[in-house]
Amino acid sequence: MKKLVILGAGTAGTIMANKLAPLLNRDEWSITIVDQFETHYYQPGFLFIPFGIYTCRDVKKSKRDFLPNGVEVVMSVIERVEPEKNRVILSNNAILSYDFLIIATGSKITTNETEGLTGKLWQKNVFDFYTVEGACHMADYFKHWNGGKLVINIAEMPIKCPVAPLEFVFLADSYFTERGMRDKVDIHYVTPLSGAFTKPKASEILGNMLEKKNIRLTPDYSIERVDNEEKKIISYDDNEIDFDVLVTVPTNIGDEYVERSDLGDELNFIPTDNHTLRSKDHENIFVLGDATDLPSSKAGSVAHFEADILTENFIDAIDNRELRAKFDGHANCFIESGFGKGILIDFNYDTEPLPGKFPLPGIGPFSLLEETRMNHYGKVMFRWIYWNMLLRGLELPIESNMTLAGKKL
Amino acid sequence: METRVISGKTIEIDTDGNLADHTVWDENIALELAKELGIDELTDGHKKVIHYLRDEYKSSGEIPTMRKIGKKSGVDMKELYKLFPDGPLKKAAKISGLPKPKSCV
Ligand SMILES: Cc1cc2nc3c(=O)[nH]c(=O)nc-3n(C[C@H](O)[C@H](O)[C@H](O)COP(=O)(O)OP(=O)(O)OC[C@H]3O[C@@H](n4cnc5c(N)ncnc54)[C@H](O)[C@@H]3O)c2cc1C
Repeated sequence: MKKLVILGAGTAGTIMANKLAPLLNRDEWSITIVDQFETHYYQPGFLFIPFGIYTCRDVKKSKRDFLPNGVEVVMSVIERVEPEKNRVILSNNAILSYDFLIIATGSKITTNETEGLTGKLWQKNVFDFYTVEGACHMADYFKHWNGGKLVINIAEMPIKCPVAPLEFVFLADSYFTERGMRDKVDIHYVTPLSGAFTKPKASEILGNMLEKKNIRLTPDYSIERVDNEEKKIISYDDNEIDFDVLVTVPTNIGDEYVERSDLGDELNFIPTDNHTLRSKDHENIFVLGDATDLPSSKAGSVAHFEADILTENFIDAIDNRELRAKFDGHANCFIESGFGKGILIDFNYDTEPLPGKFPLPGIGPFSLLEETRMNHYGKVMFRWIYWNMLLRGLELPIESNMTLAGKKL
Repeated sequence: METRVISGKTIEIDTDGNLADHTVWDENIALELAKELGIDELTDGHKKVIHYLRDEYKSSGEIPTMRKIGKKSGVDMKELYKLFPDGPLKKAAKISGLPKPKSCV
């Protein structure tokens, strides 16, 4: 009996289990998936919680409900991986040996990298929305807030869903306008990037939107610490910015077991071949989702495209063939822009987000890099698609590799 | 490819104005590029960063992140900003004769 072990039953691990279970012969293969928590959170939903659009209950379901029959589910903390011995050690010292390992343990925030972040203002005036707890605390706070300086700061790149902080300020603009208090809220977007976003075209268009919506932008800002007494953030080059409410996107890292296993880089992301998704150091380990060090976005849509590629390559690998499928870095992200509208961007390693129609050239129904109602419906639909199609590994009407059709160069 | 004269040599540069070929780099070129960026003198601290960047680039083909430089080059983040004010990574890469660092997505 050969053994496949999948680490992490979040977006990427769940999709892989659903794709591979029907393909692997049950008499030859056992599949085991490991995760520490029973609850699967729909992380894209966290964004909507502070503004009362979703509640904390709207974003969670049981992980097991999405895992296929015939896959053994182990609920335990992964202590470390020993690649030389082809085995995984769990927190209760149980040992799982494997022939092939798929790593999908994602990324998470750490508050330890910025001094003062979790000082006395933490969860009182300083919030995050990358955890369900942070998003829910913020929702309670905003209900009774009378306005003031709202600063949103990204500590450092890379972060998962790099458009989420922009969506946050767009939604804040919309939310405080609808509450009739937009004139009392000074929204300030403070980012380590040189503009609103990474890629030039998108950065320009999104930067113009910030201006139009009266949201201040401070680029190239690298935070050193939070001063809890004076309520300000201070950068390495001593630029001080006052806040009444600070919304932080702290440093994102891979899980600590990656460091304990000596598998990762300085942020615990795992060196992975950009195209085949095989670990750079170990032939029988594959990595996908947020856990990789790929220069692509860390997003659920990316995990989905990668899963298509990895499924093909995994079958090649167990048959001892060369890996033929190549991932191109494809990402497809809906960006909520407030007032019931949204933007869509579609890009890969080589091609930056461009304007045009998607997925049908000339027709859409979605518009790239343009604010429309239809794009907002796309985002709203994404939750349904996520639970009912994406996690189950079903085909979506979008190619895994990006296409230039319908795009304006 | 465009060329320009730096410290008496004709050198190819890329569209960002960085050296097109890092192997033609020397300390005189570094100093001239530094001066153009408002850094008048290359101290030991600058040199530590420059050599760290060049070594990393030669071995991995990539420019290390700020975080990695801050941890591994012997010059911490605070100091990096003092040595290369306003965008340390971009400036340090240019002075080191390397391409402009790609920002991550
Ligand atoms: C606020 C926000 C908004 C977002 N918006 C979007 C969006 O609009 N569109 C989009 O496509 N994506 C979005 N994303 C990103 C998306 O949620 C992630 O990219 C995606 O979930 C990554 O999947 P993953 O499987 O790699 O990681 P995850 O889904 O995070 O799963 C990792 C799993 O590994 C487990 N694990 C980790 N370490 C251990 C350990 N030591 N032992 C046991 N188990 C462990 C965790 O418990 C977890 O279940 C958003 C994310 C956030 C935070």
